[in-house]
Amino acid sequence: MSDIAIRMEHVYKKFRKGEIYNSLRDLIPALTGRMFQQKELTDGDKREFWAVRDLSFEVKQGEAFGIIGRNGAGKSTALKMLSRVMKPTKGSMLVNGRLSALIEVSAGFHQDLTGRENIFLNGTILGMSKREIQSKLDQIIAFSGIEEFIDTPVKRYSSGMYARLGFSVAAHVDPEVLIVDEVLSVGDYAFQQKCIERMKEVLRAGAAVLFVSHNLKMVAEFCHRCLLLEKGQTVTMGTPQDVIGTYLQTPSSGQAANINSGPVSISSVRIRNEDGECMRFRSGEKAWVDVELKAHRRCNKLSVTLYILDDKLMEIFDTSTDLLGHGNFDLEEGDTYRCTFEVYLNLADGTYHPSILIYRRDIQTIYDKWEPSATIYVSSGGGVRGIAHCFPKVIRQEIRQAADATSVGTVG
Amino acid sequence: MKEELREFYKYRELLYMIAYRDIRVRYKQSIMGFMWAILMPVLIVMSGVVVRYAYAMASHAPLKKEDIASVAVKALPWAFLVSSIRFACLSLISNKELVTKIYFPKEIFPIAAILASFFDFVVASGALFIFLLVLGVGWSPYLTWIPALLLTMVLLAAGIGMIVAAASLYFRDVKFIVEVFLTFGIFFTPVFYDAAMFGDKAKWLLLNPMSPILDGFGACVARHQSPDLPWLAYSLVCALLTFLGGYVFFKHLEPGFAESI
Repeated sequence: MSDIAIRMEHVYKKFRKGEIYNSLRDLIPALTGRMFQQKELTDGDKREFWAVRDLSFEVKQGEAFGIIGRNGAGKSTALKMLSRVMKPTKGSMLVNGRLSALIEVSAGFHQDLTGRENIFLNGTILGMSKREIQSKLDQIIAFSGIEEFIDTPVKRYSSGMYARLGFSVAAHVDPEVLIVDEVLSVGDYAFQQKCIERMKEVLRAGAAVLFVSHNLKMVAEFCHRCLLLEKGQTVTMGTPQDVIGTYLQTPSSGQAANINSGPVSISSVRIRNEDGECMRFRSGEKAWVDVELKAHRRCNKLSVTLYILDDKLMEIFDTSTDLLGHGNFDLEEGDTYRCTFEVYLNLADGTYHPSILIYRRDIQTIYDKWEPSATIYVSSGGGVRGIAHCFPKVIRQEIRQAADATSVGTVG
Repeated sequence: MKEELREFYKYRELLYMIAYRDIRVRYKQSIMGFMWAILMPVLIVMSGVVVRYAYAMASHAPLKKEDIASVAVKALPWAFLVSSIRFACLSLISNKELVTKIYFPKEIFPIAAILASFFDFVVASGALFIFLLVLGVGWSPYLTWIPALLLTMVLLAAGIGMIVAAASLYFRDVKFIVEVFLTFGIFFTPVFYDAAMFGDKAKWLLLNPMSPILDGFGACVARHQSPDLPWLAYSLVCALLTFLGGYVFFKHLEPGFAESI
């Protein structure tokens, strides 16, 4: 029991949307109006909505737990309840130990104070004592990497420096429970890595980390377990791979409508390598994509398109049965169609989303689309950056010295 | 309540830090630096002297040294009250980021505003001390009443501060209403005049809990008299009730701050 760091049990949070009287000038007429008109009271109930419904989960000490979901799914509300800024409408919560929230790391900064003064201010806000800050001051300044500007008012900082200083303070709090909400989206790549390292350190020290991010790759790498929220409710909870897979396959509400109404729909998409279905691939590895379609009505001249999106949902690759010379096909009502694409994943490190759509070229109609159909992680073993992997090698390298024009050093 | 007070104590360093920030920023931003603290009291004293001069002209009595001293002495507590209520009123709204994102007892904001204003008051008191020396106002044992007067004044300011801070978070026009009251409040409080000038109607004026405090300052510093003790006791009771009521009101509304701001 004692190794539980966070526990939420059947937590609900209700908000009121729409018009709220936020000035006395509006309130007083509204109150007098309400005395005479009974029907305004009933209108009030409709303006309520549940931001979080029946949320339950546990995080153990030393565990990294991720929460993902679309905007407005209730992730931030859940974190705000945990950090006690908001009170749940119903349900109970338990937080074991000193909690530190990296919800917005530079929230406590004051523009006119210097970096050094802001370290003390923000550190105190995050719950450190003055003596504690004093003892860690050099570390914090070194971590932020902005030693030369530490006595400059922060209003002259760039947004990156601002965020770095904020994170540096927050990262040195030594929490037992750390809540991280989308703070790593700022700063350059090197700084993000530094932050991840620091979070791993905090984890190793036995703290629990609750991590909320849109960066699925980071969630997949960092978290042990993961939870998917949708409209305030838990959709699924489990390993990051499974949960992220579910998340990416959940159609956004607009798409859901036309899926079943079409004459033909995709019934399954699987991606596998030689060992069977999987999510992790090596660069250059051969992979197969199995597609299965089901026709609900008779339809003609169909083709299946396979395309791949990168982690920013940019299309980087596109092919189809049609383009590959397998022509169009016709299906009768109730027919099942299967095909398999074979591809070489000549991709650099990263997250990619293979996607499938059914298309009829002559009337330019998309009958069904799974975007993405799956999420895969490709690792190259280093040495390359970008999207494509061209399997580079250095086969010759030489330095021609200016003085005597002899070549030195040849590789390969 | 006990739990809440313990938590407030736990966060005391944060209180000092926020107060320090408010002071630091105020003195850093203005070129005049410490002059800031005495600007408002000086203006109040100057207008008080004008009013007193007109009064002396009308009643054909000469303008006495004690009158000027009395106006000067009372200007400072009044300036403190105005500035602490004004800053407390805005303290939650202007720290929106912190209110919505990080947990700690939120009464820290209005109380830090009071502390920062009290710092100004102390600075201005230094200037007042020199002014009174120059004017030749002497000492008297009645000066020992000052701590009691200060306590009553701070309690009252903190109570009102917490109420207006919480209320202005829910209703955006509260700060304008407060501003109007602070502007015209000076006419209903004996700053420029003494309550005694109203004869037997003075008691109506003294019902304003700030009046006996100001009158008390005037009496024990400028006129070397004891403050009117029954009225001072009345003020202290009012201040205590305002402070407790303000605290309970603030704590009652606090859970809703983050979603209502």
